[in-house]
Amino acid sequence: MMSPVLFWALGFGFAALGLALAFNLVRLFKGPGTADRILALDTMVINVIGLIVLTGIAGGSGIAFQAALLLAMVGFVGTAAYAKFCLRGDIIE
Amino acid sequence: MIGGVPLADALVAALIVLGSVFALIGSWGMVRLPSLMERLHSPTKATTLGLGALLVGSVAYFQLVKGEWTTHELLVSVFLFITAPISANLIAKVHLHRLHLAEPNEPASVAGVPLPPPSGSGWATYEAPHEDTPGDMIGD
Repeated sequence: MMSPVLFWALGFGFAALGLALAFNLVRLFKGPGTADRILALDTMVINVIGLIVLTGIAGGSGIAFQAALLLAMVGFVGTAAYAKFCLRGDIIE
Repeated sequence: MIGGVPLADALVAALIVLGSVFALIGSWGMVRLPSLMERLHSPTKATTLGLGALLVGSVAYFQLVKGEWTTHELLVSVFLFITAPISANLIAKVHLHRLHLAEPNEPASVAGVPLPPPSGSGWATYEAPHEDTPGDMIGD
């Protein structure tokens, strides 16, 4: 059984990270530049990793961290590919 | 025990609150700051301090409360600490590249458009993309 202080801390964490994702969506829609949108997507991946970590603590299982590690890798590859595409017009030269 | 709360639970709760507050501040800064070069600054705090505190809190929870030893979280944080500066550098390069191409949607930062390097080969950022690729900006 989870103690109340941990329960409320997890609730606060979920709310804060959800609000952070909403802020990222604002930046994603407003832009104005392409670099701003890449930055917003990169930060969304970071916040989602935080949500997965909190889910792992709430569920009490270590399975969630496989997903967090996978998302960290895929997020970085996605950001690098998008930036490379804008810079060179080609991802793998 | 602190006020009837076990010390381990209090530590984990403090780390979770600290990490999520940093993530929130990082994203709020990204909405609020005026230009891209300033906006690049704030999410790095969310990555290092925010996720770092959350992952340390997770290690502490499984170690102190559940009594299991896990190290996946440290792997995630090491990977993020390595990749965060690389992706920030790539995003700044995209910004400079599009400023150099005088894209109308890419506003300059508060400090203005940076000067090109004095001479020689120049930054990789300022090299033209290959022709007949979507990044060459011909016809779009």
